[in-house]
Amino acid sequence: MAKYLLLKHYRGAPAPVNDVPMDQWTPEEISAHVQYMNDFAARLEGTGEFVDGQALAAEGMFVRYDGEGRPPVTDGPFAETKDLIAGWMVIDVDSYERAIELAGELSAAPGAGGKPIHEWLEVRPFLAAPPTITQ
Amino acid sequence: MTAQVDEALLRSLTPSVLGILVRRGADFAAAEDAVQDALVEAVRVWPADPPRDAKGWLVSVAWRRFLDATRSDAARRRREDLVDEEPAPGPAPAVDDTLQLYFLCAHPSLTPSSAVALTLRAVGGLTTRQIAQAYLVPEATMAQRISRAKRTVSGVRFDQPGDVATVLRVLYLVFNEGYSGDVDLAAEAIRLTRQLAATIDHPEVAGLLALMLLHHARRATRTAPDGSLVPLAEQDRSRWDTTSIAEGVEILQAALARDRLGEFQAQAAIAALHADAPTAEETDWIQIVEWYDELARLTDSPIVRLNRAVAIGEADGPRAGLAALAALNDSLPRHTAVAAHLHERDGDLATATRLYAEAAQKAPNLAERDHLTRQAARLNARRYR
Repeated sequence: MAKYLLLKHYRGAPAPVNDVPMDQWTPEEISAHVQYMNDFAARLEGTGEFVDGQALAAEGMFVRYDGEGRPPVTDGPFAETKDLIAGWMVIDVDSYERAIELAGELSAAPGAGGKPIHEWLEVRPFLAAPPTITQ
Repeated sequence: MTAQVDEALLRSLTPSVLGILVRRGADFAAAEDAVQDALVEAVRVWPADPPRDAKGWLVSVAWRRFLDATRSDAARRRREDLVDEEPAPGPAPAVDDTLQLYFLCAHPSLTPSSAVALTLRAVGGLTTRQIAQAYLVPEATMAQRISRAKRTVSGVRFDQPGDVATVLRVLYLVFNEGYSGDVDLAAEAIRLTRQLAATIDHPEVAGLLALMLLHHARRATRTAPDGSLVPLAEQDRSRWDTTSIAEGVEILQAALARDRLGEFQAQAAIAALHADAPTAEETDWIQIVEWYDELARLTDSPIVRLNRAVAIGEADGPRAGLAALAALNDSLPRHTAVAAHLHERDGDLATATRLYAEAAQKAPNLAERDHLTRQAARLNARRYR
């Protein structure tokens, strides 16, 4: 019973095996990809392991505090940012091995030519609440 | 508004009501749904119209719900009505199936998370929503987890004897999840373990109950108001719950007297020795090391050996603790944190500081990470002053 974040990157992850940008896929290939993602989420809901999933727009802003009484400073988007998150899925599973297994399945989503993308997904454990019994 | 429903009573009746439905021939999954419906109905109806016989009321409402659901199911599928409607609701049979329910909900074919969810619902009488909130997952996900769990055990014979050890592991998991959301899982685990102890005479059940009570007694002092962890040595012992400690110690002593030692009794014995020390300095670390030796013999768990190294560090000095630690795999969770602590006690502040910072990076939860980061910061401030 531990939560993991599966992170999908626009940029920053190692190159996938089937490395064709999405805008060069056929419309049918895009539909097949979206269907796969939806089916995957639905299947995890069915196994009682799904917590949340969201996709993010590629363009975002950096924001910071700029002192009392002043509006926050915004900057960006930066085209050169190395790491860009595309979306995430949060799962609640019995083991680390199960988290890895599911990430592997999600990475098999079809891309160009209907073949699996083999994209690299980042798996990050949540920092949970401390256990009651420690010593 | 009218009087509140006695939720504790309602929930304590849940397993025996469910057991009665199953004895009457209802399949477990459908019976469990029907009992949940009856509980919801009780919360609605009882304040204005309290029943004289709470259990009898729940049994007859749940049985009616079960029949209704089965009939509409059958009608929908255009099948024959296979349900034998006899016996009619009547006095509850003397046999209590609570223990069987614990076994079923902790059945070895279930994953730990499904067993936990099913136990909380079918034995604990919690709603799916409450369980989902406690484990911070969507209600739909928890509903699926529970219905899958019910399908998994659907072929298991209800009267098949089970293994107490599997039940204890599930209850331990619930307790250790601690407190998140609206449901106090630690208190719920204690309630369920107490109820189990009332249905089966087993020293390890008593051992687990004692362990929970002894740890629960310290709960208020384990975290500061800002949520940061307070280590055992720094806890305000005057705020420990002495009633809970006394009960835990009494239960443990009765269990130990039966001379059938198990890991939960040994863990409880360690917790009792901590509870017994008026100050951290007066802790009987020599006895604690002996109990860790027993635990290591019983479980051979590397986590136990790690905790044993901490105890040796207190009993025989930090060098001895470091020597015990050196024999263990350094990839163990909290290995680095223990090493940092022992090096600090040994006076090697540079190494301790480095290891605290490293341990913070590896901490499995936020409170521990912050605690370890603070330890590193404390030593840094001292070294560079």
